[in-house]
Amino acid sequence: MIQGIPIYHFLVVSTVMFFIGVCGFIIRRNLITMLMCIELILNSVNINFVVFNRYLYPDQLQGHFFTLFIVGIAAAEVSVAIALIINIYRRFSNIEVEKINELKF
Amino acid sequence: MTLNVFMFYLLSATILVFSVLTVTSRKILRAAVYLLFVLIGTAGLYFLLNYEFLAAVQLAIYAGGIVILIIFSILLTSHISHKFKHPALANFVMGAFVALLGSGIVLYTLFNHPFQRVGESGKVTDMNMIGNQLMSLDKNGYVLPFELISILLLAAMVAAIIIAKKGNHKTEKS
Repeated sequence: MIQGIPIYHFLVVSTVMFFIGVCGFIIRRNLITMLMCIELILNSVNINFVVFNRYLYPDQLQGHFFTLFIVGIAAAEVSVAIALIINIYRRFSNIEVEKINELKF
Repeated sequence: MTLNVFMFYLLSATILVFSVLTVTSRKILRAAVYLLFVLIGTAGLYFLLNYEFLAAVQLAIYAGGIVILIIFSILLTSHISHKFKHPALANFVMGAFVALLGSGIVLYTLFNHPFQRVGESGKVTDMNMIGNQLMSLDKNGYVLPFELISILLLAAMVAAIIIAKKGNHKTEKS
């Protein structure tokens, strides 16, 4: 742990970051921007895992490994999501959510 | 105020300011660059907590890989000079309301919960420990998720190539 910084300060940072991500996910209407908001949310959860591991269970590595796996899954998720977005752009010439309202193949 | 504490507040201020800018910026490329700053700030927090390997992974995969992918897809799908319209007022109010309400509830719960440390502190996590525990079959071993995530990454790679390649379907422009 770090001398002089209580655990609550870290948790406030990650909580505020999480809800900024949620707010952006609701407000923005562009697929790539929504993807970036998901990255923000995942990142704040990672901070939570790491801080709990360091402050509460310093002799174990569970939070560390969960963060590693989340980073890996985020990479997989982003690659598939960007492939989908490029495909959508090819079909509709557009990636605004409100203009993509047709599910017909 | 020691240097550690100062660095913590500097990094958290960077993270919060740039995440707000990521959400509110009207130029999409700028939003991606602000996201890059947020991710680098998070890696700085990991360095501060003495998890060097995790910080390196964060820098390499998030800041190096994911942001580059996002920037490439932005360049493929939208004009750089394109500016978003302001969001609709109802959307904005709903988003801010949900964010304020949610963070209020979570922070209230957080500050009323006494966190108690379980293990003893002062242990340094070195690379040997991480590698051994990641590949061990014993209690607290993580070999099964490790193998699963390797298969998941392979599947995601194949799926991304298949989805994004030019198929033989008719490309209809609307």
